[in-house]
Amino acid sequence: MGSKLLSKFNIKTNNKSFLYNISTYAIVVLAYIIIERLIFTNSITSLMKGLLVPLCTYSILAISLNLVVGISGELSLGHAGFMCIGAFSSAIFTKFMKEMGVQTIWIFIIAIIIGALVAAFFGFIIGIPVLRLRGDYLAIVTLAFGEIIKNVINAIYLGFDEKGVHISLQDTTSLNLSDNGFVIIKGAQGITASPKYSTFTIGVILLLITIFIVLNLINSRTGRSIMAIRDNRIAAESIGLDVTKYKMIAFTLSAGLSGMAGVLYAHNLSTLQALPKNFGYNMSITILVFVVLGGMGNVRGSIIAACILTLIPELLRSLSNYRMLIYAVVLIVIMLFTHKKEK
Amino acid sequence: MSFLSYFLSGLSLGSIYAIIALGYTMVYGIAKMLNFAHGDIIMVGAYMIFIFMNQLGINTFLAIILSGIFCTILGMVIEKVAYKPLRNATPLSVLITAIGVSYLLQNLALLIFGANTKAFTSVIALKPLSLFDGKLIISAESIITILICIIIMVILTLFINKTKNGQAMIAVSEDKSAATLMGINVNKTISITFAIGSFLAAIAGALLCSAYPSLTPTTGAMPGIKAFVAAVIGGIGSIPGAFIGGLVLGILENLSKAYISSQLSDAIVFSLLIIVLLVKPTGILGKNQNEKV
Amino acid sequence: MENRTILSVQNISISFGGLKAVNNFSIKIKEKELYGLIGPNGAGKTTIFNLLTGVYKPDSGKILLENTKLVGKSCIEINKLGIARTFQNIRLFSNMSVLDNVKTALHESYKYSTFTGIFRLPKYFDYEKKMTNEAYELLKMFSLEKDASLKASNLPYGKQRKLEIARALSTKPTLLLLDEPAAGMNSNETKELMDTISFVRDKFNMTILLIEHDMKLVSGICEKLTVLNFGEVLKEGDTNEVLNDEEVIKAYLGD
Repeated sequence: MGSKLLSKFNIKTNNKSFLYNISTYAIVVLAYIIIERLIFTNSITSLMKGLLVPLCTYSILAISLNLVVGISGELSLGHAGFMCIGAFSSAIFTKFMKEMGVQTIWIFIIAIIIGALVAAFFGFIIGIPVLRLRGDYLAIVTLAFGEIIKNVINAIYLGFDEKGVHISLQDTTSLNLSDNGFVIIKGAQGITASPKYSTFTIGVILLLITIFIVLNLINSRTGRSIMAIRDNRIAAESIGLDVTKYKMIAFTLSAGLSGMAGVLYAHNLSTLQALPKNFGYNMSITILVFVVLGGMGNVRGSIIAACILTLIPELLRSLSNYRMLIYAVVLIVIMLFTHKKEK
Repeated sequence: MSFLSYFLSGLSLGSIYAIIALGYTMVYGIAKMLNFAHGDIIMVGAYMIFIFMNQLGINTFLAIILSGIFCTILGMVIEKVAYKPLRNATPLSVLITAIGVSYLLQNLALLIFGANTKAFTSVIALKPLSLFDGKLIISAESIITILICIIIMVILTLFINKTKNGQAMIAVSEDKSAATLMGINVNKTISITFAIGSFLAAIAGALLCSAYPSLTPTTGAMPGIKAFVAAVIGGIGSIPGAFIGGLVLGILENLSKAYISSQLSDAIVFSLLIIVLLVKPTGILGKNQNEKV
Repeated sequence: MENRTILSVQNISISFGGLKAVNNFSIKIKEKELYGLIGPNGAGKTTIFNLLTGVYKPDSGKILLENTKLVGKSCIEINKLGIARTFQNIRLFSNMSVLDNVKTALHESYKYSTFTGIFRLPKYFDYEKKMTNEAYELLKMFSLEKDASLKASNLPYGKQRKLEIARALSTKPTLLLLDEPAAGMNSNETKELMDTISFVRDKFNMTILLIEHDMKLVSGICEKLTVLNFGEVLKEGDTNEVLNDEEVIKAYLGD
């Protein structure tokens, strides 16, 4: 579809990005076909099978963080928070529907949309104060927001009965639910017995949607403006680019995509809890490692890095103790050898 | 009376934050970088004291000094190996490297010492102070921590204002290239800053683990982040700012734990950061900086 | 025929700390004029550009572009009103291609929404094509068309300066501010640049204000000059008259 606009001069430029885009989709689709074939012939271990949805989740997260870090040039350390919002907002909905006795794939599709929209909304609200800050300040404030989100969700008790929604910050009994009521979030215990909707196929579809959105954004007027602001904010202002607006677009979109990954994550578990290891800043940093290893702004690289760094420690059990150590060394070495000089 | 007790333990926690925040704020002021690994130096310092005291049986005071020296060298080595090559890199690259160093320290500690919590023996072997017929009990750790924080503040202020190295630090933080022209060795000054910051981190580690005696490889992470938040609230680059920010944060954290919710205390602390930055983006005592066009 | 006034600056001043960087500066530039702003290092030339483009706000004084007041407006608003600039220390979008540098600056001419961009609606293809064609025309004007797919930071210095001018032109300004366009160029390149600047002025009916150190370039193409010294206007008038002024020579060569 990109070839339509190849005028006589820009064949070279556009062909490059066209090939890049096609190959990115192709890699994902090919990997999907091969794995489905392996599942069909039963030649895949259950360990590997259990990793398929997480691989899609991490890939989506890596791409969405890359949109902020690589394309927009701002370091967010709070993306696990958006993932958390996506996970909980969607799981509240699916758990509620489950209690109501409705469990179809349509519920999950609606849940995906809810998770993405709620996370994007929070991305927008948080972006207003955060994007005024720069560099390290922005990083520490996004980290702060991520931790606030996690802590608040851990403190919430939420239940439902015929009178409507009940919320408390103390415990389940103070929700004052009637006999027909049910609890959805039990504070730090989170959402128990939530429905498991996530499948590898849905994961791959969501991953393809993410790739589609981010790659098309990059090669559009908005994407160029975002990258121009990253490269030189003052020059971008001098040609009339609205810095805040474009940073907002990147941040909100990225939050929404992270929320979508959160939906996938939440519905792959039977108990959803906001723990430091899944929604804390450690998770945000793990995703950052994928982005840095895959290359800033490189969508295909993010997917490959997310998969390799998740698979290696799982497949080579002897390495799993060294997993985080390897991540740390990877971060430092890559930065020492590829860093960009400040103008 | 219970309020006073919470307030005083908050003051003591705040003093620890202030000591850590000094390291952040000095490094930020001089090297213009957020040394994410600073919090983990605290953890390294605490482990060192633990080894020296519990396993080698060295006397407490000596253990603290040895741990301080170890952390000082560690801080200088980290600066040389990981940060110095990135002196002219974008802030993003430097910050990511610092995060990498932080993870490296945590995971090295995990491999060496294991994930099990170590029971840290308090370095302060004094009886708690009992006031008002035992209605108000203040632990010796609290009192000593607050005193040490004040002593450090005084010494550091004197060092910066009265010594040549201290003046060099001010010059480098104001303008690196002008300082170079004045014959100041910028690399040496940055190295000294890291050394001081890391030594303070070791002391903070001793005090932190004496007050909260469980030691794991991630012990330093959260206090580190909160201390950075304290430095930002106080105004990054400002030494009195780090002091004020640390105290405010410690008191707020303890009071919200006591009166609001222990689940939400971190959320409240982080909210303060956001509020302060919205009202005054450079922090309480921070200076405005304009970008040169 | 008397041309109308494009830019009128009346008594602007700004201080940084105790330093009066610009003091009571005034200038009047008429349509299609090629105006030079010269002066020794540190005289406040770039500060004036920063005042005109909204990077700094003057402590006092008025700036009018045609009849619009500019003081208090942001960089973005001022660009939309018709002032574009280049920078003394080149500021390109260094990780983007040469073509994309220009296409980014054409954002106001071919507006389509983020949604249209992501979902590739017909308008996207139509506008992208038009944008690319227009960008190539601009690049050709500066003989940069062969480098279109190069990363901007990989261009040689002289070409980077030209790309910056091409980018500024893409926003279709009425007034173009060039900050030392010939800095770092050899004499052949400078000659070529002079031709390009005159050509641009004629083709787009543009008014140009440039800061320059290269006297050959200034005397070659500028019709009028203002000489700045210690933040104040030392002399203004026709180029030849100003350059032969004793006071000006003294300011440049010292006593």
